[in-house]
Amino acid sequence: MKNNNYNLKDFANDQEIKWCPGCGDYSILKQVQSILPNIGISKEKIVFISGIGCSSRFPYYMNTYGMHSIHGRATAVATGLKSSRPDLNVWVITGDGDSLSIGGNHLIHLLRRNLDLNILLFNNEIYGLTKGQYSPTSELGKTTKSTPLGSIDNPFNPISLSLGADASFIARAIDREPKHMRQILIEANNHRGTSLIEIYQNCNIFNDGAFSKFTNKDFKKNNSIYLENNKPLIFGDENDKGIKLDGIDPLIVDLNDKNISVEDLWIHDQKSIEKANILSRFSDINYNYSKFPRPFGIFFQKKRKCYEDEMLNQINFNFTEDDLNKLIAGDLSWNIK
Amino acid sequence: MSKIKKTLDNVTILFAGDSGDGIQLAGGQFTNNTAFYGNDLSTLPDFPAEIRAPIGTLAGVSGFQINFGSKVFTPGDNCDVLVAMNAASLKKNINKLRERGIIILNTSGFDKRNMRLAKIPDSDDPFDNFDLKNFIVHKIDITKLTRERLQNTDLEKKEIDRCKNMFVLGFIYWIFNRSINSTIIFLEQKFYNNKNILNANISVLKAGYNYGDTSETFSSRFDVKPRKMKKGSYRNILGNQAICLALVSASYKSKLDLFYSGYPITPASDILHQLSKYKSFGVRTFQAEDEISAICSAIGASFGGNLAVTASSGPGMALKTEALGLVFMLELPLIIINVQRGGPSTGLPTKTEQSDLLQAVYGRNGEAPIPVFAPSSPSDCFLVTYNACKIALKFMTPVIILSDGYIANGAEPWNFPVITDLEDFEYEFKKLKFSEKFNPYLRNENFVRNWAIPGTKDLEHTIGGLEKDNDSGDVSYEPENHQLMVKIRQAKVNNISNFIPDQKFSSGSTNSDMIIISWGSTYGVIQSSINELKKNGYDIAHIHINYIVPLPKNIEDILKYFEIILVPEINNGQLIKIIRDKFLVNAIPLNKIMGIPFNSHEIVNKVKSLLN
Repeated sequence: MKNNNYNLKDFANDQEIKWCPGCGDYSILKQVQSILPNIGISKEKIVFISGIGCSSRFPYYMNTYGMHSIHGRATAVATGLKSSRPDLNVWVITGDGDSLSIGGNHLIHLLRRNLDLNILLFNNEIYGLTKGQYSPTSELGKTTKSTPLGSIDNPFNPISLSLGADASFIARAIDREPKHMRQILIEANNHRGTSLIEIYQNCNIFNDGAFSKFTNKDFKKNNSIYLENNKPLIFGDENDKGIKLDGIDPLIVDLNDKNISVEDLWIHDQKSIEKANILSRFSDINYNYSKFPRPFGIFFQKKRKCYEDEMLNQINFNFTEDDLNKLIAGDLSWNIK
Repeated sequence: MSKIKKTLDNVTILFAGDSGDGIQLAGGQFTNNTAFYGNDLSTLPDFPAEIRAPIGTLAGVSGFQINFGSKVFTPGDNCDVLVAMNAASLKKNINKLRERGIIILNTSGFDKRNMRLAKIPDSDDPFDNFDLKNFIVHKIDITKLTRERLQNTDLEKKEIDRCKNMFVLGFIYWIFNRSINSTIIFLEQKFYNNKNILNANISVLKAGYNYGDTSETFSSRFDVKPRKMKKGSYRNILGNQAICLALVSASYKSKLDLFYSGYPITPASDILHQLSKYKSFGVRTFQAEDEISAICSAIGASFGGNLAVTASSGPGMALKTEALGLVFMLELPLIIINVQRGGPSTGLPTKTEQSDLLQAVYGRNGEAPIPVFAPSSPSDCFLVTYNACKIALKFMTPVIILSDGYIANGAEPWNFPVITDLEDFEYEFKKLKFSEKFNPYLRNENFVRNWAIPGTKDLEHTIGGLEKDNDSGDVSYEPENHQLMVKIRQAKVNNISNFIPDQKFSSGSTNSDMIIISWGSTYGVIQSSINELKKNGYDIAHIHINYIVPLPKNIEDILKYFEIILVPEINNGQLIKIIRDKFLVNAIPLNKIMGIPFNSHEIVNKVKSLLN
């Protein structure tokens, strides 16, 4: 799809980047700038809309159109932009506090309406810009500045939440797996409809190591599983573990066991909402699957009508000035001579 | 049968009944008929906040008041005719009737059950409970007459009883010597797919009309003088309707697509309903998930180069406040309509008040001046809204329009324009000229920044709510720059006073005895008060302010001529604070905070007390 002869630098600008050194945001910025030359869309048609938070400074560092809006409302701003300008390629940049706390309402409504845009949800499980309060994705018991005795708020599971809101494309990526992230970004952009990507992003100042389980090379392979459509669910240091479905219960099986073959394993099916619901609860401590590896990749994808297309279908732009004069005159008018 | 005919200048009728009695429909039909007849008119619907308030109770009373005649400014202080369909509606409205006024009573609405529901003591003759001796009372068993008329139809009793508003309407048509044809045409359209209901309604309408002719109870009919109106084309218009037509016209003339976003709220919802019907005129409407999304989505649409609009009422405006600050800071055009209602909080959703003025003028964090315009009547909504669109686009600014429930739902005749007569728009989308460096915050001579919309090559840029550098448009926290930017944004709004009309006198002159300053829906009642005062030898000046932020430049000069300055408002004193602040004058307040408009005698009495 490459055209326009863009390269990564065409999407970077001269603004000094003010994220903390070592922040996971740098990786996400770079991956986005890397894929944009290859999506076949002219630069002037691309718009990044953000809310408030560390992640929401993102549009300032992009050489595209952008708006740094207000806390939680990027999804609402983007809804108005995309529904009135379907020709644009719109990206929402948001964080866990921005989209799941103050902006929770707009997020779920955008997902149900299914406008064709991409949401990059930078999840660092903390409030960074306000210097370290717990967020709606922080784990129970987490001690932060605002929870000195530990958090008593049950966290949101963003993937399950999106499934509940009928999102048509739901995926998870992580800052430390750039190649995988680029792949997911491209898939998300290719999807017609609202694509939500939850991106784990390390905040090395206020929540360092929140995702080390999935990045430390000593154990990341045992703790994470990379989903590929129509492929069996396999993970582990030596790709020696698999996941099997027994009815609706997933089981972890040892592929070294001679009684188990790859054919017995759960084959990932992005079209299955039922399987996506189970997958979304893997390693979620509230469910039976807390010991399961955390999935990355595309959980669910479905073709569904886009709001802006349906809106346009109802509208007629071919009216005459005379039609408008008649509208103003109404059904009952009279002349005074 | 010949009856005496009398000719009158003005008449006020109040239709009142249970909210299920079809009062609003009867009132609306009489209004259209009256307009077509050539009378000037003004209407005031009054309905319960509850959709189905308990039948027969005071809370469930629905009213529709119309004042019509040769010259009309308000829906009328006191009624000449009261139609009361049940006990509760009489109890609630009897104090609105003038002495020797006519009451038309539906006697079935005064049975024991209705009396109990209206909390009126039981007695042999239910009418003993009302002091009716000063009125001309006509008791008609409308329910019974309607049932008898339809006894040979297949309709159910409930369906039959719903026709009784047509009996009342027919009877009133007879009293005022009108043709019933406009309503027959209306009914044919409304019930085109239900012949039984259509025929029943027409039959009862005729029965009501004929009742006037045949019954001996009513000895006179009235002709009400038409208004001498200037040449032109007229129609009836409600305030919310005029706003919608202005928006569609502005979209057409500006060649920008209209994007309207709203969340349901009384009394602004009708704007959403009506614009949703205008999809054949290129209108996009979006029912947002909440008030915040309503304004934020409109901001997104404005960023994309649309004529973007949102409307709400007080509580919704409170929710939109943060985004108002954003759109002010982004310097994007946006129209925000507040159809005010009684506050604070949920307040009085179906009642009128003008108590959101200070919220509109000052209610934001930081220094965030936003132009505030206010229409003075239903038809005035058209011009004010159209001008608001012009100012918003020319100056890249949000503009707040303050209407209210009284304007929104009130009707009056409107001398409507044709599209070619409307003023053109001045704005442009930035295009890059050769070797020019683009800066979104570069300003023209009116301090207006560049509007570069996404999709325009080589003008990629990011705007946001953070303070920006005056030269580059980049984020800036520099102290001197912030002060400069605050001053520039203020200067931009102040400068708009050079592009709005000078303040004119609605009455009087600089030589008058005193001056009344007003805004919004009080225009009509103040004009009619001043006319009344004129008959008594008083010379009162009146300025009615449509443009509140920024104020017209000549107001200060006007005020220099007056020692007595009266500011009547349907609130606890809001415009008066601005007047005192801007001009350091000793303005005197007159406030009514009852959810209803002023009566002219309230203004007249206040003026007399100040001058005597």
